[in-house]
Amino acid sequence: MAESRVHLATDRLTAMYGKFTAVKDVSLTFTANTVNALIGPSGCGKSTYLRTLNRMHELVDGGWITGKVLLDGEDVYAPKVSPMQLRRRIGMVFQKPTPFPTMSIYDNVAAGLRLERRVSRAELDEVVERSLRQSALWDEVKDRLKASAMALSGGQQQRLCIARTIAPRPEVILLDEPTASLDPGGTQRIEELVFELKREFTIVIVTHNMQQAARVSDTTTFFYMGSMIETGPTRQIFTRPAQEQTEAYITGRFG
Amino acid sequence: MATSSLPTPEAPATAPPASLVGAQHGDRVFRLLLTTAALAIPLLMGFLVYELYTGSALAIDRYGLGFVTGSTWDPVAEEFGAAPLIFGTLLSAVLALLIAVPLSLGVAIFLTEFAPRWLRQPVAFVIELLAAIPSVVYGLWGIFVLVPLLKKVVFPFLRDTLGFLPFFQGPIYGPSMLAASVILAIMVMPFIMSVAREVLLAVPNSQREAALALGATRWEAVTSAIVPYARSGIIGAVILGLGRALGETMAVTMLIGNRHEIAASLFAPGYTMAAVIANEFSGAGTDIHFAALTYVALVLFVITVLVNAAARLLIWRVSRGAPAGGTGL
Repeated sequence: MAESRVHLATDRLTAMYGKFTAVKDVSLTFTANTVNALIGPSGCGKSTYLRTLNRMHELVDGGWITGKVLLDGEDVYAPKVSPMQLRRRIGMVFQKPTPFPTMSIYDNVAAGLRLERRVSRAELDEVVERSLRQSALWDEVKDRLKASAMALSGGQQQRLCIARTIAPRPEVILLDEPTASLDPGGTQRIEELVFELKREFTIVIVTHNMQQAARVSDTTTFFYMGSMIETGPTRQIFTRPAQEQTEAYITGRFG
Repeated sequence: MATSSLPTPEAPATAPPASLVGAQHGDRVFRLLLTTAALAIPLLMGFLVYELYTGSALAIDRYGLGFVTGSTWDPVAEEFGAAPLIFGTLLSAVLALLIAVPLSLGVAIFLTEFAPRWLRQPVAFVIELLAAIPSVVYGLWGIFVLVPLLKKVVFPFLRDTLGFLPFFQGPIYGPSMLAASVILAIMVMPFIMSVAREVLLAVPNSQREAALALGATRWEAVTSAIVPYARSGIIGAVILGLGRALGETMAVTMLIGNRHEIAASLFAPGYTMAAVIANEFSGAGTDIHFAALTYVALVLFVITVLVNAAARLLIWRVSRGAPAGGTGL
């Protein structure tokens, strides 16, 4: 990677649910075209942190933040910023596959694009095919694009959701435990996919699975009880963690 | 029973078999009770059809199927035709749905997706209370409040603006097909709203978030993800409303004008099957009049069954290929 531009960053970010602090004072930077893993035990705030990045956190009742989230240096919480526009630049994939059940495979992938503007059929065809190829699903579904998305297996549905997320060409992709509900085969394919996708996108991935973090990510950040304990290159975090808590977690002593 | 494979060497061999037999007995009795209850429903329905059929045999013999196409209703001359009644029942129900469905869905969507949390429960509660008002009270309210309002304000306005359509021409009486449809709409709205609201509440939050994460606005999330997910349940809600509108009697009788004719204008009075039965049953002096009214009841029953069957078919077709959406109701 020739350039190391900071693509996404948070500056003293605190996320609250009403009076409860879920994320405390986290400052992090994510370099363009890298995979960044967020790890930590359940309830440590890593998912909440992820959801502040594309302003999904504020959709929950009582969700609010202090501090800043910067996309290319621009504060995404500035009053003039439209959350809808922001979410088109920062896509998100959830823990459970969430295809739209009444739509065909094709329409699922096209859904984000159709929200933005009127798109010609030819352009749609092209984007759908490219997105499905990129998410390594094309060969499995190219003969049944009109079939319901519910006919796919869990792993295929999750790749479909990735295709749907990348179809409108976002810059950043947030993955919230994308393999938590998948079998080992499905998990492996998603991991390979993540590795491919970083050529084009900046990726932030929340995971429970430390081997997964070690396999796919360039940097790893350890969260504990709402605070960011340690961040650094993945190799360093897993071989020479600076904090005792980090070491305890990655060696499986808690969490 | 492969009891020999159980590793319980020191267990006494007396108690367990007794308790096993007992449990089986209880189950049998329970199953018998439930089966009887379940069978009672189709049995009752069969009995109902039989009664309607024998009761109307005289009229069926005399008028045959011409009964449903004839349009004269003259008890003195013993001439009966139900076409205007069938027309009135179907038209008033359809018009009521045309008014009630957009309104109910709008309210349901507002209450589940847009309203501030503190407002949701109270508003839903008040709307559901509307369902508890007796239909004769709706009828009275219709006569004293709704009809004067329609007659003075709404009907003249419709005639002035849409008067080029045959539906909004002719003299304005007050009691009319349109007045009955409006009261029907008000009466079925709570049912449609309340079921549609339940169905929308049952849409998983993940669907909502998936649409929003794609950059959808709240409204786009509703139209592209939430309503499609709930669609078969929403159709179910509409059918529930249709069923109620087809059979509603009292309020309609009080507002529709009870005139036995098919008119193009919605300002003109009409009649429905349920209304004619309610009005004439106690005063039916001749056997053939009585049989004709029972025949009307049979036709109403058949139409209701057909409409419901068609609606079920529609739900089935819509929800096919979308298993998750099919569980809405």
